Amino acid sequence: MKTFLAFVKKEFFHILRDRRTLLILFGMPIAQILIFGFALNNEINNAGLVVLNRAGDYESKQLLAKFQNSTYFNLQDPVFTEAAIEQAFKDNRAKVALIIPLDFGKNMQAGNEQLRIIGDATDPNQAQTLVNYAKAIIADYLQQKQNTNTQLPITTAQPRMLFNPELKAVYQFVPGVMGLILLLVSAMMTSLTIAKEKELGTMELLLISPLKPFHIILGKVAPYWVLSFLNAVIIIILGVFVFGMPVNGSVPLLLLVTLIFSFASLALGIFISSKANSQLVAMFLSMFGLLLPTLLLSGFIFPIENMPLPLRIISNIVPARWFIELIKGIMIKGSPLSLLIKPFLVLCFITVVLTIAGIKGIKTRLS
Amino acid sequence: MQTAISINNISKHYGEIQALKNIGFEVEEGEIFGLIGPDGAGKSSLFRILTTLILADEGEAEVAGLDVKKDYMTIRQRIGYMPGKFSLYQDLTVQENLNFFATIFKTSIQENYHLIKDIYVQLEPFKKRPAGKLSGGMKQKLALCCALIHKPEVLFLDEPTTGVDPVSRKEFWQMLKKLKQEGIAILVSTPYMDEAALCDRIALIQKGEILKIAPPENINQVYKGRLISVKSKKTYELIQALRALPQVASCYAFGEFLNATFKTDVQAIDPILNELKQKHFADLEWHQTQPGIENVFMQLLSQSQADDSSIKAQKR
Repeated sequence: MKTFLAFVKKEFFHILRDRRTLLILFGMPIAQILIFGFALNNEINNAGLVVLNRAGDYESKQLLAKFQNSTYFNLQDPVFTEAAIEQAFKDNRAKVALIIPLDFGKNMQAGNEQLRIIGDATDPNQAQTLVNYAKAIIADYLQQKQNTNTQLPITTAQPRMLFNPELKAVYQFVPGVMGLILLLVSAMMTSLTIAKEKELGTMELLLISPLKPFHIILGKVAPYWVLSFLNAVIIIILGVFVFGMPVNGSVPLLLLVTLIFSFASLALGIFISSKANSQLVAMFLSMFGLLLPTLLLSGFIFPIENMPLPLRIISNIVPARWFIELIKGIMIKGSPLSLLIKPFLVLCFITVVLTIAGIKGIKTRLS
Repeated sequence: MQTAISINNISKHYGEIQALKNIGFEVEEGEIFGLIGPDGAGKSSLFRILTTLILADEGEAEVAGLDVKKDYMTIRQRIGYMPGKFSLYQDLTVQENLNFFATIFKTSIQENYHLIKDIYVQLEPFKKRPAGKLSGGMKQKLALCCALIHKPEVLFLDEPTTGVDPVSRKEFWQMLKKLKQEGIAILVSTPYMDEAALCDRIALIQKGEILKIAPPENINQVYKGRLISVKSKKTYELIQALRALPQVASCYAFGEFLNATFKTDVQAIDPILNELKQKHFADLEWHQTQPGIENVFMQLLSQSQADDSSIKAQKR
């Protein structure tokens, strides 16, 4: 026990005396969560809109005033030909164009208005979103008109967005960033620190000491377990107090899941370090072997449901996928463990497999 | 006396390269045994096999009476090892390093202070300095302290004085002599000839093979050819002239003399040198000398280089 404590103390000296490590450990998580939370946002504001108004009547001006009042669109100078619309797309003045036909007002009263919305689909997602915004504004206007003009009963669907009524993107990013950071801190940092001992030759001295190789590894990763857990807590606190994330579920369960996931990441780091003899190799292995799959296949950025079948199958073994699912369930939906039993068990299973692989990878000799 | 290290037919390959070929020797308790050989001779591989860090392909070895393969965990508690490369934590201070190694070997600095006292007093003024910022000599002294802190029975020192100034080297060897009196067996490798002379026995090792094991004073028996010390004021011309002679194997400047080695089959040396004296070098003097370890080593080195270049030439 005394030797173990001496080992942990030594490891903390390493971490605290190396500014780069400290920066990666605590600077990166905070920077990432703030960047993802503030800058990377799916909502689009102030998109350029050009209008070709062939009607020019009272109703068309009412409609345009509605567009003018929304924060989504920024009305550009009107155009008078369809060619001019294309020109506006090309020089990036507009992302969406609206064509109002000649007899807009009359037709509307007759019930067959013919508006055309044209989106710049260079960025398909953005175009889709903007066209939807435009449709919503038009529908809103038409409904208003119908309500005031005629007393016809109309049927509309009232959508209600459960758990995240404001559709805040941050609800998606906080669990994702948490998974990413925990994985990076735990797996990359531990594989780096073990590779560093090998590179400097101190591993030789540690190996010929009475310490068992298993204890050496344990002593090396214990501080990182504590630190990565601390990191997770910082991220949750930032999510709650800066971005207004709710914690609807049980906090102990949230922390337990976090602990399990960081343990899985540590085991992954140990496994990588058994394959890598230099810090450079460890870095590359964790970057390409961990960072990219986690970023791309965990459902953090791209929905798993949209992936082709082979990628969906691969995503099953990405631990971050299950972690993100659990965190979302606990924080946003407030689900109890009984409803999250599947991702929980899968995460535990992956953790056990990784731990066994990590321990098997520990060598009692140099090669 | 007991045997501290016994090595029997050890061989080791790295792919196609044979690092060690049927090595075998014994080191007694309280003996300083030197391994002398050029870089790449296999010295570090042998150290790593004996310290249980790698496994040999063939052969057996015992350290402190224990098998290096089976009883590696027990051996690890009873040996001290100083790797060829400086391998302490550069970002920890002198004292932190020493404390750390004392703790993981389940002892304390106080317990074995008498062993390291002589070196540690020199390190004491710098005890708050990070190990990476010490001078070369200080680093090696600290590494020796760390290797000694748990009072090992056998000490392995892989080129402990490489890159260390002459004064520190001398102090370092005085330390080793003291440790020898404590009964600690020491296996040390060194590229310095003056240090080889301080060992009880030395082994000349080259390309994974041991050429000769003997006390340093007897090592000159492996020297091939006859060594003549030659002197003239026109040193440079003399080297050229001697090297041009077909009977001379090699010629190097050695202090104020030139050391010329005549090939073994040359019967009469005096007539050759007399001829030189009459022709160009009126002040020529010479006498036969005993080859030192350095001469032996130089010869081995130039042989291995010649072999290497002939292999390369064949490959082309």
